[in-house]
Amino acid sequence: MTAQAVEAPRTDVRAPGLVKALADGAVVAKRNLIKIKRVPDLLVFSTIQPIIFILLFAYVFGSAIHPKGISYREFLIPGIFTQTVIFGATITGAGLAEDMQKGIIDRFRSLPMSSSAVLVGRTTSDVLNNILVIAIMSGTGLIVGWRVRSSVGEAIGGFLLLLAFAYAFSWIMAVVGLMVPSPEVVNNAAFMIIFPLTFIANTFVPSNNLPTVLKAFADWNPISSLTQASRQLFGNTGTAPLPDGPWSLHHPVIYTLIWIVGLLGVFIPLAVRQYKRAASR
Amino acid sequence: MADVIRAEGLVKSYGDLRALDGLDLAVPEGAILGLLGPNGAGKTTAVRILTTLLEPDSGSAFVAGVDVRKDPAKVRALIGLSGQYAAVDEYLTGYENLDMIGRLYGLGGARSKARARELLERFRLADAGDRPAKTYSGGMRRRLDLAGALVAAPPVLFLDEPTTGLDPRSRTDMWEVIVELVQGGSTLLLTTQYLEEADRLADNIVVIDHGRSIAEGTADELKAQVGGERVEVVVGDTADVPTAREILGQLADGGGCEVEQHTRRLTAPVRGGAAVLMEALRRLDAAEIVVQDVALRRPTLDDVFLILTGHRTMDEAPPTEPNKDPEGELVEAAK
Repeated sequence: MTAQAVEAPRTDVRAPGLVKALADGAVVAKRNLIKIKRVPDLLVFSTIQPIIFILLFAYVFGSAIHPKGISYREFLIPGIFTQTVIFGATITGAGLAEDMQKGIIDRFRSLPMSSSAVLVGRTTSDVLNNILVIAIMSGTGLIVGWRVRSSVGEAIGGFLLLLAFAYAFSWIMAVVGLMVPSPEVVNNAAFMIIFPLTFIANTFVPSNNLPTVLKAFADWNPISSLTQASRQLFGNTGTAPLPDGPWSLHHPVIYTLIWIVGLLGVFIPLAVRQYKRAASR
Repeated sequence: MADVIRAEGLVKSYGDLRALDGLDLAVPEGAILGLLGPNGAGKTTAVRILTTLLEPDSGSAFVAGVDVRKDPAKVRALIGLSGQYAAVDEYLTGYENLDMIGRLYGLGGARSKARARELLERFRLADAGDRPAKTYSGGMRRRLDLAGALVAAPPVLFLDEPTTGLDPRSRTDMWEVIVELVQGGSTLLLTTQYLEEADRLADNIVVIDHGRSIAEGTADELKAQVGGERVEVVVGDTADVPTAREILGQLADGGGCEVEQHTRRLTAPVRGGAAVLMEALRRLDAAEIVVQDVALRRPTLDDVFLILTGHRTMDEAPPTEPNKDPEGELVEAAK
């Protein structure tokens, strides 16, 4: 170590605003992806879990559940897609909670970076994570008998809709992650929210026969519409006509898109606000 | 603009707890201020406010003339912060940590990379630079965290307890690094629990307790307030305590002799160092008092606090146990 003084590469005042925000977001996203690379267990477990789900549901429930006009496995896979990408949002919350706990958010907040960059970077890297997970699940699905029976365009639309909804949902978990004291709490909170949300829906079983109150919830649950939209876009609805359902299930793509816009509109500002205040605790 | 860091009447409460209670600070350009105080005195709160991480309830703070509350974004471009809990990303390598910080400061790719390598070299981390920070020792993490604060060579630096929890060797390393830094002309605010650290590094020291400044001055001025060295004697027999007290009282340089009955430990501030210690031993010997332990030690933060506030740094802590006190390295009597 020489006694040289730090001579000054001073910061440029570079493109402020959106350009800087996106550049900063990319830097943070890259950092999160490096973590996945260094701790591959994370990825292994987040992909093994849905594979186990596919196998369990396909072979255990599949022996008892027979939706009209379609094999249970084809019915099931879009539902598992939905549940898995929603669970993927937990990574967003847990990642932020961990950064808070370890003081890294303090470091970020003391830097002249865009205040939304940490959140944008986090949610973006989680989309990439979801893409990988969906790819692995699709492979598993194909092996157990799932088929895409629509056009390529529609199928791509299905995947994009899943990712878009997961992205919106990850902003909810971002708010949760910034509010709780540790990553473990995020996981617990996520289970409490996500399990009822994904089970009281048409994800794993047709929702027609649910008790009235649960059926009403399931009918308007965006998870149901997302699942229904995926089934339509992948061509997994079978030959049976859609029973008299509510508007949300007759127009699942539009209904889901409305939810995506609504969630983003509410939770992005909330998350940014929480981020600015978070370190003040 | 004489003062690069200036705070006036900072107040911050957490519920009933008043973490800062009207704190004033002023650090001239190129100077090092040591903010000295025990845990919970408000040091970190002050740093968090000055580095835009926290809004004060009232009061004002300026860094390089920029109002911290009104223009935090501008302040962030001027400061470097190294915190108490080394805020490095443990999954990234040392190099990746610094490169990331450079990019976030807006240095751009090429300069961030060059700067990261340069700093790793300077902080003796070059060999470990491509290993994840997870594998680093505590001292290495601190150095990496400090390097992070220096990436953009900001003119104003905040170091929050840079050596708390480090072993003595790493602490000395860290001091060397900080001393070098300061020769570069940065303005620095450093918080610490250790008088010795403030002594070594700071031009000026502010002692805080309960969120308020209770003394200010150079290290010498503060030490003059608490007196110089102390002679510490543990006698073998409780019956000898009063006599020993009298003997030490005669040698004490004001302040008299403090007694801790249950450990039979007597402490007296003295002037004259080893010579006085020898004299004390001669007189104790002449009085046929058995001495179990004897030491000449420098004043600790505890002593400073005792004198300035009338209470010890940590109320629940047992009275001075020189061997455990991070500050009270015993100066060998024979020296």
